[in-house]
Amino acid sequence: MKQIASFYSTTVGKKIAMAATGIVLVAYVVGHMLGNLKIFQGPEKLNSYAEFLREVGAPVLGHGEFLWIARIVLLAAVAIHIVASAQLTLQSRAARPVGYRNTPHQEFSYASRTMRWGGVIISLFVVYHILHFTSGTVHGDFIPNDPYHNLVVGFQSWPVALAYIGAVVMLGFHLYHGVWSMTQTLGVNNARIERMRRPAALVLAVAVVIGYVVVPVSILAGWVT
Amino acid sequence: MKVTLHVWRQESSEAEGRFETYAANDVSPDMSFLELLDVVNEGLIESDVEPIAFEHDCREGICGSCGVVIDGSPHGPHEGTATCQLHMRSFADGDELWIEPWRARSFPIKKDLVVDRGALDRIIEAGGYISINTGAAPDANAIPIPKDDVDAALDAATCIGCGACVAVCPNASAMLFTSAKVAHLNMLPQGQPERWSRVARMVEQMEAEGFGNCTNHGACQIACPKEISIDFIAWLNRDYLRAQRKVG
Ligand code: FES
Repeated sequence: MKQIASFYSTTVGKKIAMAATGIVLVAYVVGHMLGNLKIFQGPEKLNSYAEFLREVGAPVLGHGEFLWIARIVLLAAVAIHIVASAQLTLQSRAARPVGYRNTPHQEFSYASRTMRWGGVIISLFVVYHILHFTSGTVHGDFIPNDPYHNLVVGFQSWPVALAYIGAVVMLGFHLYHGVWSMTQTLGVNNARIERMRRPAALVLAVAVVIGYVVVPVSILAGWVT
Repeated sequence: MKVTLHVWRQESSEAEGRFETYAANDVSPDMSFLELLDVVNEGLIESDVEPIAFEHDCREGICGSCGVVIDGSPHGPHEGTATCQLHMRSFADGDELWIEPWRARSFPIKKDLVVDRGALDRIIEAGGYISINTGAAPDANAIPIPKDDVDAALDAATCIGCGACVAVCPNASAMLFTSAKVAHLNMLPQGQPERWSRVARMVEQMEAEGFGNCTNHGACQIACPKEISIDFIAWLNRDYLRAQRKVG
């Protein structure tokens, strides 16, 4: 415990904590996306998949327990990810009390510049998203245990769909820099993998954006009703 | 050619700094940037103004002392050169240039463009050396080392400790410097006996100096006059992780 605490106290330790929780969150983002795509198989498949998530683990786990375990793990990962990044950001701000008159010209990619505020936007969106599709609090016509209906009705409103698409694009940028950064922080230094890190991060980010955006787009276009 | 310089002037670490404007009207395109400052200083001395303090030594890109930020770029607009290797032909007649010192909490300004880079020395003192009993020089080829390892270690060893990586980093992080200084020893057989304590101690010292932390922008490898790659930062992270298990 003491060892973990002293490791975490260094900035390198905090970044490794961010990378490790990042892996958990990326895995979730991909899994969630694959689940969403079941909407193209029709209401039965999607709804029974949702039911499966509640039942999975039985008889060891009771009804809905798997989902709660997953939620707790994700919440812990998000909490560590946010706390570590806030601490690191404050340290870095303090490291340059007086800035330059001319900010350095060196180009930073849009993705790397927007990690911090992009992360804030994404987490705010996630709160809204849970209130929308999980609890139904901000959903006008929410039917519990009928995700297909909730999804289709929810995305038929184009402002809702647009906000969703915007957040997913932001997530794409976050993943592009985040996944590459993760390999850097965890020290992936095998020469063969080395050159594939950027392209792999790009492919993952683009796949995630397309995989998520295709749902509201198909609903808005009337392909899924 | 003519250029206008806005130079950061600051009497001491405690004093308030400000930009002063100087016109240089007779600049040869063949002058180095430091020679331009020399010429401006001659003029200042003649008119009884305190000359601009700036650090310099070798004037051939090997000592690392001459770093200043020119229009937002450490060591000026070119890649792979130090300020002393930058020539006025890189600028246009009539240019207006803003000259600032490295800015980081860990690099307190001593005077004008001169900063105290002692923090980097203390990182080296924490482990950037090899302990040996001196005696007759060993045979250079006594220890066989794979060519790739030598090449990588020598790439890291080109670091001249100028601090441009810290200066350009939006987080004022010293990760590129520290990674190069760890890697050039830890990649070679001679560095192995002290490998794990070296990386742990140097990272701890870097932290203690109050540098920011790397967010993998990669600006440092562009600003670096020796073009050291941020691959070394990944390497450092990995070695530091492994050291946790070895030294505990
Ligand atoms: S004066 Fe030595 S590197 Fe420029």
